[in-house]
Amino acid sequence: MAPSGTRRSSYSRRAQYNLFTGYIIAGIGALIGAVLLGLSFFQPSFFGGPRSAAQDAVSPATETAATVRTGSKSLWDSISGYYRAGSKNAELKREMELARIRLEEAEAVRQENVRLKGLLDLQDQERTPVAVARLVGSTASSTRRFAYLGAGSDDGVEVGMPVRSPRGVVGRILETGSDSSRVLLLTDSESVLPVRRAGDETVAFAEGRGDSLLRIKLINLGINPLKVGDLFVTSGAGGYYPPGIAVAIVTELTDDGGLARIVSDPAATDFVAIEPIFEPDAASGATTPVEEELTD
Amino acid sequence: MERMEPRARSDAYGSRINRSHSPLLANIIPWLSILLGSLVPVFAIAAALPMVPPLGFLTLLAWRLVRPGLLPVWAGFPLGLFDDLFSGQPFGFAILFWSASMLVIEFVELRLPWRAFWQDWFTAGLLVIAYILSGWLLSGATPTLPSLVALVPQLLMSILIFPFIARIVARLDRLRLRRWKRV
Repeated sequence: MAPSGTRRSSYSRRAQYNLFTGYIIAGIGALIGAVLLGLSFFQPSFFGGPRSAAQDAVSPATETAATVRTGSKSLWDSISGYYRAGSKNAELKREMELARIRLEEAEAVRQENVRLKGLLDLQDQERTPVAVARLVGSTASSTRRFAYLGAGSDDGVEVGMPVRSPRGVVGRILETGSDSSRVLLLTDSESVLPVRRAGDETVAFAEGRGDSLLRIKLINLGINPLKVGDLFVTSGAGGYYPPGIAVAIVTELTDDGGLARIVSDPAATDFVAIEPIFEPDAASGATTPVEEELTD
Repeated sequence: MERMEPRARSDAYGSRINRSHSPLLANIIPWLSILLGSLVPVFAIAAALPMVPPLGFLTLLAWRLVRPGLLPVWAGFPLGLFDDLFSGQPFGFAILFWSASMLVIEFVELRLPWRAFWQDWFTAGLLVIAYILSGWLLSGATPTLPSLVALVPQLLMSILIFPFIARIVARLDRLRLRRWKRV
């Protein structure tokens, strides 16, 4: 469509001034934007306040959408469950029996663990989640991978707390509002998590790549001991995450480790639990802001 | 007395007798639709890739290109401010880029006052590519090659969805200037 004639200011002084002022304001707006952008590079948490307030304001809508989303997903699951129900049922029964046996064995190991720890005078306190909430949204159009959570500082959520689903680690809290908070997902390219291979002591860092995969960087370089299908769990180093939560499965090998796919896809999780920081003393040793601390 | 053609006294926005535009709707619909566009991507859970096109930015471009002269040049500042609250980019990115895009379109329009839709689409495509790529550069994270590759689906989708958004904007524009009954 052709522009309307209003942009040509003719002889009207008022129209000329209006047009000129518009350009000036637009230019100043762009400058202010540049300054704010520079500020938020140096202080990523600087604008956390207005951002969390805005998230809080839309949280009724996002909560409702999240409820509908999980509801419709489970409906779809129950419909697709009918497909080849008979053979699936038989297979699941077999798996179930095996799993029961493994569970009993694990229970025996746990009891032995408790007894041995008792001998060593190690105390294991029960870890209860701070809050349980839905993932209500994410920054789906941005390069960064953040998710929004339907619980905030009113529920006791604090910056740095680990977020996990029944399957494994989801991420950690980056900003809190009064009843919503922002989560740095594992797949974000600023997220770094100390992990170890389940079953032995091969320690590594799991870094997000920004394209749905994690890069497993081994700490001890040498012959790459990884195999496709290896499961990595949190190692507990750094003090944020408790050890032994599933993180990712290796899908491809590289020179210094491998590429891994996350175990707990946030899009497929219903509720997530926010847990207290594992070792607050160790974690508070780093006084730098969360985003900066993660990068090194 | 012979009857008149019933549509003789109406135009695309409805009958002209005893009807008039709603000033509230006429002013608020462009702004509101852009704000909604900024808000919609929040509802999708995208853990793996940036999947959803920057709908707020695309709606702004569509209003600016489909209906030139409606949004003031400075509209990028307040709308970008709102988008920054939800987009996940560092604060200020949308303010800067939306204001700059409005100025760029203004100067393109000085050169090419009469355009066809495909030229609008071309302009919007170039701007959205620049927007997404600079968003990748200035995301606050270190730009890596895999995350650049991960942008490709979003880029394609953003370019392909523009005609659709332009049609929606044209529909909204008809709603904006609709003549409502005045008693």
